[in-house]
Amino acid sequence: MTDYYRTIKEIIFALVIVFTFTTLVLLAAGAPPFEAYYHIFKGALGSWIRFSHVIKTWIPLTLCACGLLYTFRINLWNIGIEGQMMMGAVFTTACLRFGLESPVQPLFLWFSFAAGITGGAIWAFGAGFLKTKGGVNEIFAGLGLNFVAQGIILWLIFGPWKRPGVASMSGTEIFPHTMWLPHLTSIRLSPVGLGLVTLALVITALMLRYTRIGLYLKAIGNNPNAARIFGIKRAKYMLIAMLFAGGFAGLAGSLQVTGVYHRLLPAISSNYGYLALLVVMLANYNIWLAPFIAFFFACLNVGSIQLPMVLQLDSSLSGVIQGSLVLAALAVHAWRTFRKDNSHRGIE
Amino acid sequence: MRIELQNIHKHYGMIKANNGVNLTIEPGTIHGILGENGAGKSTLMKILAGFCNQTSGTILLDKKAVTYLNPAQASTYGIGMLYQDPFDFPLLTVLDNFMTGLAHGLKNKKKRFKKLFLEYSKNLKFHLNLDTQVKNLTIGERQQLEIIRLLALGIQVLILDEPTTGISSIQKEVLFTALIKLASEGRSIILVSHKLEDVEALCHSVTVLRQGKVSGKMNAPFNTEKLLKMMFETLPASPSRLKNIPGKKIIHLDGISVKGGRTGLKDCTIKIRQKEIVGLAGLEGSGQGVFLRAAAGLTNPYRGRIHVQDSELSGMDYRIYRDRGISFLPGSRLEEGLITGLSITEHYALKKKHGEFFVKWRNVEKNSARGIDLFRIKGSIESQVEELSGGNQQRLLLSLLPPDPLLLLLENPTRGLDMESMLWVWEHLQRYCESDTGIVFSSSELDEILMFADRVLVFFNGRIIKNLKTDQTDIHTLGRAIAGKN
Repeated sequence: MTDYYRTIKEIIFALVIVFTFTTLVLLAAGAPPFEAYYHIFKGALGSWIRFSHVIKTWIPLTLCACGLLYTFRINLWNIGIEGQMMMGAVFTTACLRFGLESPVQPLFLWFSFAAGITGGAIWAFGAGFLKTKGGVNEIFAGLGLNFVAQGIILWLIFGPWKRPGVASMSGTEIFPHTMWLPHLTSIRLSPVGLGLVTLALVITALMLRYTRIGLYLKAIGNNPNAARIFGIKRAKYMLIAMLFAGGFAGLAGSLQVTGVYHRLLPAISSNYGYLALLVVMLANYNIWLAPFIAFFFACLNVGSIQLPMVLQLDSSLSGVIQGSLVLAALAVHAWRTFRKDNSHRGIE
Repeated sequence: MRIELQNIHKHYGMIKANNGVNLTIEPGTIHGILGENGAGKSTLMKILAGFCNQTSGTILLDKKAVTYLNPAQASTYGIGMLYQDPFDFPLLTVLDNFMTGLAHGLKNKKKRFKKLFLEYSKNLKFHLNLDTQVKNLTIGERQQLEIIRLLALGIQVLILDEPTTGISSIQKEVLFTALIKLASEGRSIILVSHKLEDVEALCHSVTVLRQGKVSGKMNAPFNTEKLLKMMFETLPASPSRLKNIPGKKIIHLDGISVKGGRTGLKDCTIKIRQKEIVGLAGLEGSGQGVFLRAAAGLTNPYRGRIHVQDSELSGMDYRIYRDRGISFLPGSRLEEGLITGLSITEHYALKKKHGEFFVKWRNVEKNSARGIDLFRIKGSIESQVEELSGGNQQRLLLSLLPPDPLLLLLENPTRGLDMESMLWVWEHLQRYCESDTGIVFSSSELDEILMFADRVLVFFNGRIIKNLKTDQTDIHTLGRAIAGKN
């Protein structure tokens, strides 16, 4: 229980840093800070439509966060999650395009989830393979693959999958309604997306707490040398962790295509993968805090869209807030390890 | 410079690394500091070199009391230390390393420093290529570089910590000649060593430390027997050793050479039998750790063969050794043995045979509670291992060993334990031997080896130089062998 309190304390601490800093920036820019916060709040939660936008952001963020819990557990920095999400979207689009001619289009909608998971997992396996067999740091491998994935998307949009007649940044042609994720018009949300996120959270919690895989990931992450003496294969479990991360990211990409945009866009991943890294770190790698942090981030993202219109503020304010959140998260992270080291020294 | 250390104490919590040490070193002499592992030699020298501060006591340089807080301040007083692994920059060249910390400002002074370096190396008869990268040098050459750098800093007192470990005999000769030269120029040299041979060859006087105190002093010429007596406390041999008759052969290491550690392991041939307890003696890092890891299958030898019972396992994976019943218990508990952040119960879960998908936490918790009870571990099933004391961590590690191993390989199994815990551990280990298990353990305590082992292997510089029955030897013979004397 004390762990929860400590984590919540740290989050509050980070938020205080962020808001102090942002307030100073707003004051320097001559904007009224509290009004700006009010508009962010209103922009995110002021109406059902806006709230449904927040949830649409929250879904991929939380899915990616679930995936990252596996890789962080084994001490891997899966920054390639962004690319994994993109490849999930690419595979999903490919699957749907294949199904366009088919008489059972809705069936392909379901296949496309499997395709998305596969796409993300393949991309993650690539980074994991380079790490375990080639000794390439997973951060470099992941970043490299992110660029490759982005390149593939652009090539597809402007090449083989371009809209008849025009090829533009607005993406591929929109799929017919039969291939959209069914959503309830009353709340403008898809119960399937929400269901999948809930399922992902439950599965991840069970995996990490009750299975050997979860235990081994933690053991290797905390002490690879000792884990080896216990007879655990490090490379195997690194690949497993990457596959899970890639799978969840791929599913997030899949939902972006089927549930949000209904086509493939260059910005299909919307940096949610990178953002999810911060979500998980701020949540102190705790699965039950992660969805709440993700929700907060989603509110910020959606809420700040309003700012240029109502306050004539540049929309880059959201960038400032997110940037300072990055720094605050890193500060909290450093603070925690520093304190942990000190308490270790205390024992010896 | 005349150095006087008066009543130096250094306490780490309850442990007294130095407990009232008095030491005087005259200028222009080579002074040896002898003692077992953990006798307090290194601590004392780190205090003198400014690497750590004494709890109490005074340092006098030429009869003036001085205090300094770090090695840089110590070097302004003219004190410099050469560490076992010299601190240098592997990717820089010899000349750049030499200039680091000496050259200031933006001007390129390479020419001047090149000249300076060559003067020093000519004087000391060192032969170093100025343009080689330091990563390509041997430890002996890195020492030479560091000595020249320290001299250029103007040091008058040179402390060397185990300088002859890991260097060739030719380099050793060069080093000794240089040290004699430096002393004749009026500098004081302090040589910290386990090795009687080196100390006797080089030093004018010797101080022996034991358990943080000075146990004796002697001037050249030295009496080896007396020095050994000062170094090793003799305890009456305990009668508790088992008199098992060794059974069938368990493992046969056939001429294996292994890389790793400070010295590696060279040309080792040995057989271990059932019911046998074999002690590994030697200075720390003389190859015992490499030996244990090679026998456990954790590191593969680049030469030679390993047979376990009737099959050859050379080059196979560690898990195959493990499945055959070979268990390794590492010496550094929190680095290799246990996993910080995991509870006792989670460790019990790791121990179980792999294969099932879900962990049966309820069963594991039961086992864990039973283990805690049986091994008298002070902690609960939820305790994280880093919260346990060293003794309890060791008990936990022992409780994780399989019930009927073929061979136990234990690295310093009782290090840091008090007498009572040590005896408890051995009682437990001896029970294994009654059921055909063989035990190999390393220890820096000769008493422990003589007390519990049937056979002792003495390691020196990565080789086994003695293989004796413990009832046919004594502490002095072993002490000599450890120090590299026959």
